[in-house]
Amino acid sequence: MREMAFLGFALVLLGFWAMLTRKNILRIIIGFTIIDSGIHLIIVNLGYLPGRTAPILEKGMRVGDLSKHFVDPIPSALVLTAIVIGLAVTALMLVYAVRIYERKRTLNIDKYRELKW
Amino acid sequence: MNSLVPLFVIIPLGSAFLMAIFGRIIKGFNKVLLPLALLFLTYLSIKFLLGAEGTITYQVGGFAPVAGVPIAIYLAVDGLSRLMLTIISLIGFLACFYSISYINIYTAERKYLILFSLMIAGMNGIVISGDIFNIFVFLEIASIASYALVAFGIDRQELEASFKYQVLGGVASLLILFSIGFLYWRTGTLNIADISTQLPYGGIFVKFIAMVFLVGFGLKAAIFPFHSWLPDAHSSAPSPISAMLSGVLIKAVGLYVIFRLFFNMFALSHQIAMIITVLGTLSMVIGGLLAIGQWDIKRLLAYSSISQVGYIILGVGIGMLILSRQGNTAVASLAIIGGIFHLLNHSVFKSLLFLSAGAVEFRTGERNMKKLGGLAEVLPVTSSTSMIASLSISGLPPFNGFFSKLLIIIAAVQAGYYLLALLAVIISIVTIGYFMKMQKFTFFNRSRVFWQDRNIREVPFVMCFSMIILALLCFALSLLMIPSLRDVVLTPAVNVLVEGLKYTNAVLGY
Repeated sequence: MREMAFLGFALVLLGFWAMLTRKNILRIIIGFTIIDSGIHLIIVNLGYLPGRTAPILEKGMRVGDLSKHFVDPIPSALVLTAIVIGLAVTALMLVYAVRIYERKRTLNIDKYRELKW
Repeated sequence: MNSLVPLFVIIPLGSAFLMAIFGRIIKGFNKVLLPLALLFLTYLSIKFLLGAEGTITYQVGGFAPVAGVPIAIYLAVDGLSRLMLTIISLIGFLACFYSISYINIYTAERKYLILFSLMIAGMNGIVISGDIFNIFVFLEIASIASYALVAFGIDRQELEASFKYQVLGGVASLLILFSIGFLYWRTGTLNIADISTQLPYGGIFVKFIAMVFLVGFGLKAAIFPFHSWLPDAHSSAPSPISAMLSGVLIKAVGLYVIFRLFFNMFALSHQIAMIITVLGTLSMVIGGLLAIGQWDIKRLLAYSSISQVGYIILGVGIGMLILSRQGNTAVASLAIIGGIFHLLNHSVFKSLLFLSAGAVEFRTGERNMKKLGGLAEVLPVTSSTSMIASLSISGLPPFNGFFSKLLIIIAAVQAGYYLLALLAVIISIVTIGYFMKMQKFTFFNRSRVFWQDRNIREVPFVMCFSMIILALLCFALSLLMIPSLRDVVLTPAVNVLVEGLKYTNAVLGY
């Protein structure tokens, strides 16, 4: 699973590169979601322990042994919450991108000159 | 009193839902419900501020700790949280009351009040939460509500400002989430008090996490290298929202969390304290210098926010520097009192300034100082309250701003940071300069009497009421210099920071 963490880091860096160099609003938003996914991958990976299963309680399991068989469920719970939040933020950004396009008829941030100071 | 703690989140969140359901059916429901709810919160927070002692904890769901390991989500209300709760509820109530009239220039009144209510819920949640992931969730609630509110006018400038704010705020949130993940990996817990016992002292890893946190919350608080979104966002928002953003949001979302984490969770380190102090000084100087050249009233006020937040960080940062090298605790607590006092004062006079700028815009539809002038005769209440706030923020006695700046400067001199004290004095003079420019060109410039051919009256009573209360507070908060009053309001908040890692014992009850 270590590869997944490196993949996550790579996605974070790729996303930052996209956000910093692209001029198109939609590409900036895509860069943002790539960073978001990268961070989710990293956090899920932090809770993974090799050779263990999903934390679902079944019949016949003794409570004392649980901590030896299960992966850590908390990072997955955190990521679920973070995915929902990321959805809300991305949706709001996209709505505003549409509105900006309606007003300015361009998506290129170099052409927005009203708030330079 | 413990069982009252969740009300600070439940009431604003609940009123947002009630407004969404009943606001469409019952006429005038929204305009009555939200001010009443916020008035009740103000009462409750002042009751907490004056009545409660020590740290009040509340375990959500009632799960008791197992073998000393906290399981439930903790809500912890200590001196600093009580002060912040009072600021949020009081300014929130006044801004909301002001909005009742102001919102008439927009159409979607119900959505505005719902978002306002959610923003209050998010900020209250951040301040009472003792769990770092919950801080993140509440921070996102407050931020998303504020992204939507900044662009409430849906005009070209507002959309552009809000998009910039969303991108930078979103990156800040992601950095915070990233470091929370690593903190959990290293310590196996999310409770701030528990993390501080598990976290190893020093080490490159802890420093890395601390720096990522500082960048994330620095973006939210608009400290110097991360300040570029603030002038756009705060000047484009509707005026009561600008008052909330500048007066409360950057403090609850940015500064409060920085102080909480760096004093109570991480062990104090000299390098981090130095970085925080230097960034604070830079934002003080650069924000002040950039404000001079502005001609848009609200943009000038927004740049001035950057500068005044710099003062707050300077005060607390000096305290942090002294504490980190085991210096004189009395001087350290003097510096931190100055910082926290300035935080309280800034939330009062900066929201007053934005509200009076809003009153000018409400009656004239103009924010450019070059086109305004001579308004003092037709807007007497707005003009005088704005004058009081300007004198107060520039640090003239007997207003509250003078005393907090004085405390910060005295502490800087006593600690031996003469350069910082000198810079604080110089920027204070610069502040007087740009506020007198604003007063002259907006209210007194008789050579260009703006209102002659138009019918301009004083703003409605509702708006005047909020401004007058805040102006009275500018006088009244000077009384906090009296030691017996200071011990009730400011000292508990400062002790939480000075005692540092004792926070853990107070929350977990070891």
